[in-house]
Amino acid sequence: MSEAVSHNDHHDHKPAGIGRWLFSTNHKDIGTMYLVFSLTMFFVGGSMAMLIRLELFQPGLQFFNPQFFNSMTTLHALVMIFGVVMPAGVGLANWLIPMMIGAPDMALPRLNNMSFWILPFAFTLLLSTLFMPGGAPAGGWTIYPPLALQTGAAFPFLIFAIHFLGISSILGAINIIATVFNMRAPGMTYMRLPLFVWTWIITAFLLIASMPVLAGAVTMLLTDKFFGTSFFSAAGGGDPVMFQHVFWFFGHPEVYILILPAFGIISQIIPTFARKPLFGYESMVYATASIAFLSFFVWAHHMFTVGMPLAGELFFMYATMSIAVPTGVKIFNWVATMWKGSMTFETPMLFALAFVVLFSIGGFSGLMLGITPADFQYQDTYFVVAHFHYVLLTGAVFAIMGGIYFWLPKWTGHMYDETLGKWHFWLTAVSANVLFFPQHFLGLAGMPRRIPDYAIQFADWNMVSSIGGFAFGLSQLLFVYIVIKCVREGAKATNQVWEGAHGLEWTLPSPPPFHTFTTPPPITDAVAHS
Amino acid sequence: MFVKKLRNFLLGFASLLVLMWTGAASAEWTLNMTRGVTPVSNEVYELHMLILWIVTIIGIGVFCVMFWSIYHHRKSKGAVPAQFHHSTVAELTWTIIPILILIGMAVPATRTLIKMEQTGDAEITVKITGYQWRWKYDYKNEGISFFSSLAEDSSKASQRGSSIDPRTADHYLLNVDKPLVLPVNKKIRLIITGKDVIHSWWVPDLGWKRDAIPGFINDNWVIIEKPGTYRGQCAELCGMGHGFMPIVVKAVPEEEYLAWVEENKKAEAEAAK
Repeated sequence: MSEAVSHNDHHDHKPAGIGRWLFSTNHKDIGTMYLVFSLTMFFVGGSMAMLIRLELFQPGLQFFNPQFFNSMTTLHALVMIFGVVMPAGVGLANWLIPMMIGAPDMALPRLNNMSFWILPFAFTLLLSTLFMPGGAPAGGWTIYPPLALQTGAAFPFLIFAIHFLGISSILGAINIIATVFNMRAPGMTYMRLPLFVWTWIITAFLLIASMPVLAGAVTMLLTDKFFGTSFFSAAGGGDPVMFQHVFWFFGHPEVYILILPAFGIISQIIPTFARKPLFGYESMVYATASIAFLSFFVWAHHMFTVGMPLAGELFFMYATMSIAVPTGVKIFNWVATMWKGSMTFETPMLFALAFVVLFSIGGFSGLMLGITPADFQYQDTYFVVAHFHYVLLTGAVFAIMGGIYFWLPKWTGHMYDETLGKWHFWLTAVSANVLFFPQHFLGLAGMPRRIPDYAIQFADWNMVSSIGGFAFGLSQLLFVYIVIKCVREGAKATNQVWEGAHGLEWTLPSPPPFHTFTTPPPITDAVAHS
Repeated sequence: MFVKKLRNFLLGFASLLVLMWTGAASAEWTLNMTRGVTPVSNEVYELHMLILWIVTIIGIGVFCVMFWSIYHHRKSKGAVPAQFHHSTVAELTWTIIPILILIGMAVPATRTLIKMEQTGDAEITVKITGYQWRWKYDYKNEGISFFSSLAEDSSKASQRGSSIDPRTADHYLLNVDKPLVLPVNKKIRLIITGKDVIHSWWVPDLGWKRDAIPGFINDNWVIIEKPGTYRGQCAELCGMGHGFMPIVVKAVPEEEYLAWVEENKKAEAEAAK
């Protein structure tokens, strides 16, 4: 325990100036860069959402032309998925995995640096398309042909950016697997790993399996546009629906890539604030692995209306429904962790509890969407938009926010302002529900997605949703204030920070020295998860 | 303090849910899917309600357990944490029971889906083609063919910055110049394709949607049991006019349909001269 303390000065020596960040090979600094990038992109993507909700506030086209509106929906999704949730996940992985397993850093520190710096480059490429002739891509983040091939000058930049984003993720995934497989401190067996590490191992495998498929799909789009191929053109002997198959073969594991690290965060937070071990640790590992495995067999539920043969429709319906089983197991295990615990409700716990409820609601609408004949009515409506925002915003993003509050004291050495944190939580949780719950009604009532203007019968719920949206956006300014304030000042944080915290990272000083665990720590049951 | 607020919020929320699904809502604040006017749309509606009730009951059950725990197992109430952390019986129970519930859902869903695929023995066939940004309808056997585009008053009111109030347009964004006219109580085969990009043909009251894919033909059927006007929209992003290519189906008694066919055949013959 006191290893790091006695060598404090030596292990706390940091490089100076801009070089510290540009050339960093330190998992803590790289983790910080990923998180700062993610928070910045949250506001970029969030602003786009505000513009969308502004146009949808009332029927009629008040502000934007339909082409620009479609660019906003397209870029909003690309930014949120690839620029916010995935980098935040990798940022947390970078900060925490080495500390959680008793390793000094990631296995491949220079690769780690490159994985990060690809991101600002790729997003500059993507967002610069807003200023090109023809405007930014406007075919949806799912870029279906033939529509995607009608994109103007932005098209190659879009494809190039997606390739780079994929490379960044693949390299990061390789790094995580190499680190966990090879650098665990002696005694840190797999079944003693914190669940956050397990969910990241599994996520890393999903990334390596699925991102190359996306690369293939977008390359075929590129060659269809520029090199005379006809992968997706019936006139040339191809099939537009094949794109959808290839895209969603990536796309479905992708959504589990977005949520599995969040599951890991929740599995760290709830036991801490319930002062009770995670219920069913082994079960949780197997359930996570099952979800990941099954995720490869369900992709066509995103395509139920293309006109698949009956056998295909039935297979994908049954496979989709089956994912509800391991997911339900996880929910029940979290509730069983709370049961007969001794709970307190600091901000991280509030986000984790909200996650359990609201992610479940998203899961229920997901189950409804998986029922093929019913999906014929839900597909491409706001019911789908409501579903994925519940699982992604009140799911993944809430878990990430909870995780930030949870680990900020460790990273900065200061407690964040708990009162402000609670304000942020309640404003966010309420406004997110005002924003997205009515979208279930809109979808059921018949409102399609990706439209900038709508029939009068959809006006009332759209107005409610937009008001929720504006409130949600404003509330996130409070989050930035809290984070910055915590970095600069606050009550001194102890090593353990939280009374119920267990795990190697909570044995280190807050903040930890620049280099930690340069010699492996002893692994006792006190720091193990079992 | 916060626990109490959370409990009150959720009680209010649960009441809203109950109110919702007893159908106590006016048209503007529509909460639920339409029953529709075909045998298929009714079956789909029933299936939707079944699944919705099941997930609602499960949700309320799980959340009640959770909120009870939040209320009761709190440090501020003096709770001392237990240390149990596994139970094979629990894991098996909450694996097997959900599987049984899912099978219970899958059976009616399978039945309905199989029914929807039976496109044979239709009396009339209409070919539907999605264009950027309007629909084309071809009654091959009757020799009728026409485009169906957004009605002019809607189109004018939807121009950006037009000071025209959308509420003054007739069925704003859900009206066309020439609707698709079909007879009631007859099996009609609708074959759907696209011209340029992928569109999707959707009339909620008929109970389904199907993508309109260039180079491919999708096969569907409908029996409309009630005369009336049914409106829908394109349901696959197809460019800047995606929100502005609605569908209007006018279902009429057979005599009226036949009269309409005659009238249009004459008009086509005139135009051909």
